[in-house]
This record gives sequence, C-alpha cells and structure tokens, in this order.
Amino acid sequence: MNMSENSVSQEDFVEILGGLRQFIREKVMPLEREIAEGDAIPESLRSQAKDLGLFGYAIGQEWGGIGLDPVQEAELAIELGYTSLAFRSMFGTNNGIAGQVISGFGTDSQKETWLEGIASGDIVASFALTETGAGSNPSSMRTKAVTTKSGWSISGEKRYITNAPSADVFITFAKVTDDAGKSAVEVFIVPSNSPGVTVGPHDKKMGQAGAWTADVHFDEVAVTEDALVGGKSGVGYRAAMTSLAKGRITIAALAVGQAQRALDESLSYAAIAKQGDDIIGNFQLVQAMLADQQVGVSSGRSLVLDAARNYASGADTRIGPSVAKLYCTEMVGRVADLAVQIHGGAGYIRDYFVEQIYRDVRLLRLYEGTSEIQRLIIGSNLVKQELASN
Amino acid sequence: MKIVVLVKEVPDTWGERLLDLETGLADRVSSERVIDEIVERGLEFAISFAEQNDGTEVIALSMASEEATGTLRKALAMGADRGVLIVDEALHGADITLTAQVLAAALEHIGFDLIVSGDQSTDGAGGVVPSAVAELLDIPQLPRLATVDLNEKEVTGAHVTDRITLSLSAPLPAMMSVSERFAEPRFPNFKGIMAAKKKPFEVLGIAELGKDISVLDRPRSIMTEIAGKPPRESGVKVIADENSGRDLAEFLKKNQLI
Repeated sequence: MNMSENSVSQEDFVEILGGLRQFIREKVMPLEREIAEGDAIPESLRSQAKDLGLFGYAIGQEWGGIGLDPVQEAELAIELGYTSLAFRSMFGTNNGIAGQVISGFGTDSQKETWLEGIASGDIVASFALTETGAGSNPSSMRTKAVTTKSGWSISGEKRYITNAPSADVFITFAKVTDDAGKSAVEVFIVPSNSPGVTVGPHDKKMGQAGAWTADVHFDEVAVTEDALVGGKSGVGYRAAMTSLAKGRITIAALAVGQAQRALDESLSYAAIAKQGDDIIGNFQLVQAMLADQQVGVSSGRSLVLDAARNYASGADTRIGPSVAKLYCTEMVGRVADLAVQIHGGAGYIRDYFVEQIYRDVRLLRLYEGTSEIQRLIIGSNLVKQELASN
Repeated sequence: MKIVVLVKEVPDTWGERLLDLETGLADRVSSERVIDEIVERGLEFAISFAEQNDGTEVIALSMASEEATGTLRKALAMGADRGVLIVDEALHGADITLTAQVLAAALEHIGFDLIVSGDQSTDGAGGVVPSAVAELLDIPQLPRLATVDLNEKEVTGAHVTDRITLSLSAPLPAMMSVSERFAEPRFPNFKGIMAAKKKPFEVLGIAELGKDISVLDRPRSIMTEIAGKPPRESGVKVIADENSGRDLAEFLKKNQLI
C-alpha cells in the first residue's frame, strides 16, 4: 500500500472510527424517523456531517480531504451503514466517483476548480451515468457530446441520478463519435447551473427516503473544452470504471453495516419480546435465525475487508470488488428478511427500524451494477484469467 | 488571551460506573474513560471563542494518571491548542482539597486570563473544585453559567436556576464554571483528530510546579468505611383485576408519589 505522509495513521484512524461511531449513535440514529418521514436530511445534520469531514474522507489531504486508504474507507462505510442509508448517500458521490475521478485523473485546473469544494461539502457532486436504456452497461448510452467551436455540446437524458436535486455539478457520461464514425464514452464535468440542464421532480422510491434521485435533462448544454475529464479522450472513462470498482466495495461495506444493525435490532427484540412466559430469544428456531444473521454479517465483513486490501495493493481490482458487492448485498437482503421474521408482525410496522432496513437494502442489489452484472464481471474475468494463463 | 480549561477524565456516564471497594476510588478500568460531559461544554465555549478571536490560546489542563493522555488529547482534537497533564504518584487518590491545590499551582505555573471548568463532575459530583481553586488563586468566580460573554477585560454570564436567573460579571483574571444547560459541545472532526497528535503536550510532576511539595502531597479527607450499593429489591407487581386501581393508588401514596 502506498503510505505517503498524507496517509492517515492507524492510530488516528481508530479514533476517527470511534468518533464516527459516537456521532452516528448520538446524532444520526435519533433522527432516523425524522429523515424517513420528512424525506429529507435535516439541515443541521448536514452541517454537522460537513464539519466532521464526511464529504471528503476519501479525497486527498492536499485538497482539504482526509485521504483514507481503501481499507480504512471500507471500515468507515461499515459504520455509516449502521444507520439510515440516506445519510451516507448525501456525501456518497463526493467521496466516490466524482471526487475520485477528478482527484485521480483530472487536469490541474479541474482539480483546482472543484476538489476543495467537493471535499468540504460546499459543492455537491452527482454522478450522471444511468439512462433509461443504459443502466449497468454504458455501451448503449444515448446521451451525446459533439464538439463545437468553444468546446462541447451535450444532449441526452439521465435517469435515477442520486442527489440530482441538490447537485452543483454533474459528472456526466456521454458518447462521442469521431469523424471516422467510431464512438466512445467520455466523461464531462457539467455545472448544474449550465443553460440547458434541467432536473426533474424527485422520484418516489420504495425506500431510502431522504436520499433524492431524479431525471436530469441535458439540452444542447454548452461546456468548455476543459470540461472533458483528464483533458483528453479516453482518460475519464477508464478512471470512472476504476472508481466504480472501488465504489462496489463501499456498497458491500454499507450492506455489512445494515446487516449488523438488522442483527442488533433482532437481538434486542428477541431478548424482550415474549410469547407465553418466555422471551422469544429462548426459542431455538429464533436462535437459528439469529445465527444465520451472524454468519452473514461475519462473512460479509471479512470479505469486504479482504477485497479492500486486495484493491489497495492492486492485487485484484476487478473480481474482488464484484464478489464482495454481490455477496454482501444479497446477504443483507436475507439478513433483513430474517430480521422482519424475528420481529413477527412488529417487523411489518414502521415503528420498527427493521421494516425500513428491509426496504432500504433492496436498492443495494440494483445500483453500482446489479447482481447480474457482478456475476458477469466475475465470470468473464475468471475465464479471461484462465485463458491468459494458458 | 489565555484560557485554561480544567479537564476531568471520568468513567463514561452511560456505562456502568463502579467503585473499587478496596480503595474507595472510582474504578476507572471497568468502563470507558471520557472527558466529563459538562467540561466538554466548557471546552466548546473556549474553543469557539478562540475561533472568533485571534490571539486566544486554549490550554487543556488535567490532573490524572498517565493513562488520561488519550482523554486529554480529545480536548486537543476538539480544538484546544495544547495540553498539560499533571501526573504524580503522590496524587493517587487525591481528594478535593489536594486536587484544588495542585490545580491552582499548575494554573500559576501556566498563567491564565480565564479559567473554565464544569460546575461539577459526573462521577464525584463534588462541585467544589472550581470555587476552591478560585479561592486559592484569589480571583473571582462565576459559577454554573448557562451563557457567557467574554471580552478582553471581563467575563459576564447568566447563572440560571429553576427559580431565578442571576446576571454575573467579573474582571479578568477570573474563574468560571458552566452548567449542563450550557451549549452542546462539538464532535472532534476528522482533521482535528489528526492534528491533535502534533499539538504540544506536557506531562508535569508536582515538583515541576514550583511549589513546596510537602503542602501538596496529602489528602485531608479520610475514608473510614465503604460499602457496595445493596442489590435492587424486586418491585411490586400490581395485577390487573378489579382491585388494581386501588392497589396502584395505595402504592403511589405509600411512596409519597401522589
């Protein structure tokens, strides 16, 4: 692992993690219901998250961020996964693809223009990849960028874009066709106040209330040449694909955090809820469900941290993240289902957090690549490796 | 301006707090050690004042065992500029009087314009140390403030009780203590945590305070006996039947609850 003087020592990280755990329990968890019912993160909580440094934990210290390494980031995401997933969503793209693409592959001027604001949370960055007919597979993308005298003109429609209603900038994917008719996907930095950018009403989702998604329309949006990530063709797309792989570890880590919470909620409930004269925790069939939950949480945690270590060292940047994402997001679905089962009728009532977990975690199997896409990535790369070794 | 905050390390209020039945001292091993939560509010005041007033230095001062270093560092992570920890074998089991004398000596050694303290700790709950320190230093004290205004010359604040609000002021140098009504403290942010390790941190013994040790090294209060809290007795069950209303009322009356 590359340990520069800007890296965070393990000693400091333990305190950061402890501080975050305390913050989540004392400041975020008491607001879970308010976030869900109000479908918004209270402004005071946003401001505290900003002060804490949550908008830039994965962005380098030279840009005002904290500069956690991928393993530390995964551990942090497990903690963040313990509460309303909408809370993490608020700063997810700043640390994720937007921050990573610009800090890793942006031109100096792009870094100077955007990174400090993204790291501090003054700027909300949103990631505009998905379209109606192009979700996990960007090759069928219809949003286009054409060259103009002064730069680029972007037209198209993006769908389910997280944080779009509050975004200051969209990291936008668009197809560029050269004179020879060959097309490639490029990545552009598009300020949300650019003429021609409109954001639709926010979607009514199954869960994760408080995290807003919406359609974004680009109608001949003019951006300067400098909007192309990396300043030349091909750089941004490769960067985005690399960052997406890391993002999968983050989603897997969030799944582990939610699964841990589902288990803890189930345990507390099983220890007090009675059937007849006995607590349900003393029933062996309930104990079996708790055991299955624990096996899921423990194995998921190990898998995430292992994938993060291999990603950081460069040993595995493709298969591992997809394995972790596939396993952990499927695992949390089962653990959440068991949590509802252990709660019985109560688990179907909104007063109990497991009801929310059951709905919230469903998204984890869909975004940043569906489970099916993860299987394709794992399978195709395994075969590729085998063929290369022959 | 130099503001010294008296930081006390206590067992976590939310955890189980135990006394060592051999020594009568708080058992600090069995629970997490944290900064006293009222002191944290005092730290918040000092740090926010320093953020708005250039040239203000905030010093976190504690008298504790060497293990309190981590706790005192948390004050630096919140934003205090430096830490001073008084550690001395002779201070083991120090009572309120001895604690106040050592803190007063340390404050004279460090120098101060304003001393900030919590009004009472969440473990011992003596509530006397700030007054005792002020007395020893011969400076005015503004006790149990809910709000504070500070300028170069004086400190003013509101001492709020359930019945009255007193508006108090004193010229600097002075001692002030804050109550649990005071503004919520901040969480140490990630950058603060990383910066804390690089901030100056001194560990001093009582010999280094420039005072005659013989008057500082012995407690005045002597513990004669100690006993654990008796186990809780099982409660009274009022069974829901035709008499339950009367039974419940009788129970409440007997215990002077109605």
